[in-house]
Amino acid sequence: MEPIKQIRSRTAALPYTNIDTDQIIPARFLTTTTRTGLGASLFSDWRYDGQGAAKADFPLNQPSASGCRILVAGRNFGCGSSREHAPWALLDYGFLAIISTEIADIFRSNSLKNGLLPVVVDDTTSAWLLANPGAEVTIDLETCTLNLPNGTRVKFPLEGFARYCLMNGVDEMGYLLSKDAAITAHEKARS
Amino acid sequence: MKTMFQKIWERHEVVPETADTPAVLYIDLHLIHEVTTPQAFTVLREQGLKVRRPDLTFATMDHSTPTRTEQVFGGVPFSIESAAKQVAQLQTNCRDFGIELLHLQHDQRGIVHIVGPEQGLTQPGKTVVCGDSHTSTHGAFGALAFGIGTTEVGHVLATQCLLQRRPTTLAINVTGKLSAGVSAKDMILAIIGEIGVSGGTGTVIEYRGSAVRALSMEERMTVCNMSIEAGARAGLIAPDDTTFAYLERTPRAPKGAAWTRAVADWRALPSDAGATFDREVTLDGNRIEPMITYGTHPGMVMPISGNIPVKHNDPVFDKALAYMGLHAGEPIHNQPINVVFVGSCTNGRLEDLRAAASVLRGRKVAPGVQMLVVPGSQLVKRAAEAEGLDVIFKSAGADWRESGCSMCIGMNGDNVGRGQYSVSTSNRNFEGRQGQGARTLLASPLTAAASAVRGRVTDARELMNG
Repeated sequence: MEPIKQIRSRTAALPYTNIDTDQIIPARFLTTTTRTGLGASLFSDWRYDGQGAAKADFPLNQPSASGCRILVAGRNFGCGSSREHAPWALLDYGFLAIISTEIADIFRSNSLKNGLLPVVVDDTTSAWLLANPGAEVTIDLETCTLNLPNGTRVKFPLEGFARYCLMNGVDEMGYLLSKDAAITAHEKARS
Repeated sequence: MKTMFQKIWERHEVVPETADTPAVLYIDLHLIHEVTTPQAFTVLREQGLKVRRPDLTFATMDHSTPTRTEQVFGGVPFSIESAAKQVAQLQTNCRDFGIELLHLQHDQRGIVHIVGPEQGLTQPGKTVVCGDSHTSTHGAFGALAFGIGTTEVGHVLATQCLLQRRPTTLAINVTGKLSAGVSAKDMILAIIGEIGVSGGTGTVIEYRGSAVRALSMEERMTVCNMSIEAGARAGLIAPDDTTFAYLERTPRAPKGAAWTRAVADWRALPSDAGATFDREVTLDGNRIEPMITYGTHPGMVMPISGNIPVKHNDPVFDKALAYMGLHAGEPIHNQPINVVFVGSCTNGRLEDLRAAASVLRGRKVAPGVQMLVVPGSQLVKRAAEAEGLDVIFKSAGADWRESGCSMCIGMNGDNVGRGQYSVSTSNRNFEGRQGQGARTLLASPLTAAASAVRGRVTDARELMNG
């Protein structure tokens, strides 16, 4: 994973609550054996109609959403299935961060492991962002702040270890493998 | 004074959590299937890693597999080529890494959360993980069981451990007792209706109270299965004599002196009297009615006898009802339906099939309704056939299949058509879950069978008393 220090982008907004991972990436795309190429299928059933044409009224199909690397969504984003294909699809499409008032547990964990940043903000900030898609914002990992165009700086929660891994491009597998002696000791103690 | 969750967590800490680092938690049982593992094994191959504990890893095939006999046993190709490739990939990975696999034609293959318990692999006090959010099912045995993503599957394969931050605890007390004709599925739907689809986020739920105690193991699995639909990390039910009686009959539970030691250990697991939870919610089990979802997530649920709620200034609610073709303020009872699915890790066990069969016995599926009955495992299938349940289903006009996840997730070609209403004993009614444009109504096996007979949403008690 590449280290991440800052993300600066215009926002795209999906003003819906409880966006589940079946919407993010429908199950028919889960037969893949790789992590790549899922961006084409992101939000497939919301993006495309029955004939495969882009739906004009879907926010991400608007010209103004093109190039946006930050997605703002209603609360409880990423609920439902544990499919890691959801953050893979979002990243492959081009998103680097998700902003919401609530992000589901397994999705959050999967996102952090892939360098997709979950940013949880209060209702007021979320409401403003959902009402103002296309706003240019900056997410700073050093200070864990989200900087809005009007100069407001909003702090967001991020566990120290997760932040460290993101900022330094640290792979957790390496960290776990380094605990081999403790794992062996645990196995011995319980056998 | 400790909760059961606390006891299990502390026993499995390889390295405790600190302010700066998550805990390293040891995993006693890693269940795997074909969908969430290919990329994890690729990482192991790329890094030259072996599976640390193949003896604690167990594989089955369920999500992508066909349920038609000719495709499972008759050499007819899978409907979906990428599904066939994915299944073959699991076979290769299990062979290369030395993991026991219930392959496609194995006579004990089944849905992962049905197989673990029926084999006796799932046991009280264990940590159990799987790349599937319904891993919460195994909590019915007093195991700490939760779903993980593919990257974490790789972590567990390579190190038998996970990095975890400690969740909070939520006690859900269900007092009284379920009434006749009211199922465990109705109980968990009522709970999700009460606390909402994010009411359990960040928590491990412990289900307590007389109504929970009275549940059979299969009923407890139904309840724990849908913990994730409330956003919870896991759901637990304390082990007791009901649990031990079930496990004693399973092939892989401890035997002899090891069994006696295990039971003594397990009896110490339940939460201590006086242990406190971060939050508690109480429901009256006597008042739970048969439930059904009307919207596009499991929290949009109501008693079958009720009316669809009315909400003002709620465009997301309106959008959900528009997708479902339903209307606020109207009853859902008598809603015409097209498809009925009995199966899934929620309600695909023998007692579920018996319940559905009890309604279908001597009756027919309504004209124009397609009913699919998919046993949760090949063991469940054979047990059902030994009791003649398959004859009841087929005589009624339902389709009886080989086991698998099937129409719950619709990855194998078993799908609900666009605009069709499906009463399903599965766990998710998200838009498009069972098929693009499908309209899923989640319910119990009794409700599903009764609705199949009448071709409309029906409370099974109307048929049972007639």
